[in-house]
Order: sequence, then structure tokens, then C-alpha cells
Amino acid sequence: MTMPFYVSPEQLMKDRADFARKGIARGRGVAVVQYLDGVLFVSENPSAALHKISEIYDRVAFAAVGRYNEFENLRIAGVRLADMRGYAYDRRDVTGRALANAYAQTLGTIFSSGGEKPYEVELFVAEVGATAAEDQIYRLTFDGQVADEHGYAAMGGPAESVTAHLAENWTEGLDLAAAIKLAAAGLGHGETGERVIASGDLEVAVLDRTRIQDRKFKRLSDAAVAEALAT
Amino acid sequence: MTDARLGPEYLRPGSSSFADFLAAQAPELAPHRRVLPPGSAADIAPHGTTIVAATFPGGVVMAGDRRATMGNVIAQRDIQKVYPADEYSCVGIAGTAGLSLEMVRLFQTELEHYEKIEGSPLSMDGKANRLSALIRGNLGLAMQGLAVVPLFAGFDHDRGEGRIFSYDVTGGRYEETAFHSVGSGSVFARGSLKKLYRDDFTAEQCAIAVIQALYDAADDDSATGGPDLTRRIFPVLNVITADGQERWADEVVARLADDVIAGRMQRPDGPAAPLN
Repeated sequence: MTMPFYVSPEQLMKDRADFARKGIARGRGVAVVQYLDGVLFVSENPSAALHKISEIYDRVAFAAVGRYNEFENLRIAGVRLADMRGYAYDRRDVTGRALANAYAQTLGTIFSSGGEKPYEVELFVAEVGATAAEDQIYRLTFDGQVADEHGYAAMGGPAESVTAHLAENWTEGLDLAAAIKLAAAGLGHGETGERVIASGDLEVAVLDRTRIQDRKFKRLSDAAVAEALAT
Repeated sequence: MTDARLGPEYLRPGSSSFADFLAAQAPELAPHRRVLPPGSAADIAPHGTTIVAATFPGGVVMAGDRRATMGNVIAQRDIQKVYPADEYSCVGIAGTAGLSLEMVRLFQTELEHYEKIEGSPLSMDGKANRLSALIRGNLGLAMQGLAVVPLFAGFDHDRGEGRIFSYDVTGGRYEETAFHSVGSGSVFARGSLKKLYRDDFTAEQCAIAVIQALYDAADDDSATGGPDLTRRIFPVLNVITADGQERWADEVVARLADDVIAGRMQRPDGPAAPLN
């Protein structure tokens, strides 16, 4: 008769967390930087069609690292949730906090249920406010934890070195070009040294509070990114 | 929405249509499934009246008067009947105001939802077809007097020109050339535009032409509101070009409308077209 091996709950959770962490670290990173007019997202992503950064609603955007099919699923769910709320109530009633909450519950439940494998993703949900003090950046990990970030944050790839670079060089009230340069330099800051990421390989988008349209999300073209990096 | 976790229906891959998602997940919010008791319901709610649209080289203009009527009563004198559908298109509503506004909201969400999920906007024809489907869903109510007959216009980037689509209550979609009008005063507005329209208009000339047309509609149709000089209420006027859409500021429209009115002081029937 074979005896089932006993695995302590701590070990089980640790194994699941290690599994998810490994998957996430394999990919390339995303950096979020607060600048003068809002929130900037920069990701190293050579594909022009498969986005890591997306619009969710008027003032809310999303960025992800990890497995594409999993975060794409979460992104679509977020768009549906936001549009449903906006349609049932009003556009102003769609908030980043509610979305971050829904994601946290979803990721947390999947992580701790034994039935399915944990999602190998980490997400940013950011909401731009009327002033920089009202901007919100939430970072969600694979196990459903939520962290409220201020100023800058990075995830995926060598996230720790990237965050260290951002922490060293970020100041309040950066203009857009400076923020793009900072984020791009940060993403190139790996554990094994620095490299320069070509502007064509960067996916860049902003939540810009100065846009007159309701929808504050805007993607920056390769040309605009190259110009910002050249200044 | 009481459970904080995203339900399986949100995570299920599938349609990029918000209207389909709404019909499946929250049918009580979807406009399609309502059934009224038999009989006509035409007089229970306000109706919107005249919408005019005209193209010019590089874009399209849409304008609507500001009156909603309920039988012989003016239900609202400053209603907005022209709404942006997305950045490059707009809808003008004629028919039952409440249902029309609901349809506009659903249509706006539908276009934005598609754009966000797919990462690129629908084609101009795709947008026009989606609106068709929404109108068709309202056919039952239309037969009881609660019709919704919008006018749809926008800038088509593939063709590089402004386009106008009209609809019937069954969702039939018809592309119009140059200009079109819907609503109770549309007959008069169209007649007016026939005489005024030139295909080399600038945006401002095109705006003046549609304001003239709305004036003529209000002149002969009691349900269409003319310029309200005491309250300074003038038509809502949206202009769409390759750069996007703009609702012209009230002061700008007021200035154009004042010029039109000044002309009518001299000749109440408006500018005379050459005989041949």
C-alpha cells in the first residue's frame, strides 16, 4: 500500500508561489512612472500587435507581465466589468479601486484553490486623478495581494534592479520626455548590467489628465517615443 | 455584482460586442426584451424631432434642433439630440426620446467596448451595421408607436471622407450622399438643403446651410424648435473631420444663427437660389 506524501500547507503555498514567480520573472518587465500630467506606462515589448498595456476605461488603464493568455483574459474581464458599471451607473462611477479589488479577489481565489494552477501574472491598475496627488497605482501579484504604489513601480523581468534604478532617479513633476527616458533606462537596468532598449521595442502609453476627451488613455507612436528619448 | 470575484462569464473568451454581453449577463438592462401591453404607446413619452447632416470636402456636419414634444406640449426646449458615438462619428436621434437616448448610450458603449477589446476601432460600415442591429431590436416597440430612427454620420478614414447613414424602424440601413435629414421636420429641411447645398462647402458654410435647413424645418413644422432668441438656445452642431469630432461652442453657433436670422429679417423665406 502506498502512503500519500504529507505536504504541509506552508510548503504547498510556497511551491505554488515559486511556480508563479518563475513564470513571471521569465518575461520582460513593465515600469509605471508618475509624471507631471498623469501616469506613464512603459514596457519592453517588440510586438506591435500583442499589447501589455491597455485602456480599461476613461481614467483607468492596465499593464501586465507574465503569461499572455492569462492576463489577456483578465484584461477583457476588466473591460467588461468597467463598461458594465459605466453603463449601469455612470461613467464617473468606474474606479480603479473597484477594478483592483475585483482582480485581487479573482487572483486570490485562483491561487488558493487547489483545483487550478495559479495565474503566472502580475498586474498594474492605475487611475489618473484631477491632480497628481489623486493618481492611484495598484500593483497586484499572482496571489491576489494588492499594493498601493506611489511615484514609480516596476514588475516582471529583473523587477528589483529596475525598481532600484527608478527609486534612485525619480523626482516629482517630471515632464513626459524625462519620464519616458527614466522608465526606458530603468527597464534596461538588469541584474547583469545595463543595455539600451531600442525605441521600436518599447510599448509606451499614458493616462494624460490634460486630454480634453473623457478617455484619458493614449498610446505613443514609435516616432514620438524616439523623439522623447532623443531629447 | 455582489460577489467581488469576477464571474466566469467575465473571464470567458468570446464576443467583442457589449450589447451581446449585456443581453446575456444583465438582460434587465438591455433595451431589447421589453414587452408592452397591446395598443399604442405613442403619446406617453416625449419625441425628438429634426436632425440634419451634410458632408463637405474633408468632413461632415450634423445638427439638431432643441425641441422635444409630447402631443401638443413642448416637453423640453433645450434637449440635446446630437451625440458623439465615438471620436469620429455621431448619432442624431429622432423618435421616442427616452428609448433613443438609451440606444445612444448602448451604441457608444458598444463602439468603445469593441475598440478596447480588439485594440482597433470598427470600420465606418461596421459601426453603421451595429447601429442597424440595435434599431432592429426595437421593432416591437416601434410598432406600438415608440419608434427610434437615428441618423448616423462620421468620418471614414479608409475612404478619407465624411459619410451619412439613415435608418428605418426595421433596422434597414441606407447610405446617403451629400446630405440627409430625419424627424418630423425633415421634409422641409431636405427641401431647403436641396436648394442650398454645394459640394465645395467649407465646414463653416456647411454649418450655415444646416442651420438654414433647421430654420426652414421650424418654419413649417410645429414640432421642430426654431432659434430661441430670448433664451439664446440654438441648435447643437457637431463637426467631424479626420482630426476628430468637435461640438461647436454655443457662442459660435449663436453667431452663425444670428447671421441667418439677420438675413431672414430681410427675406423671411431665406436665401433665394438661382432659377437656372
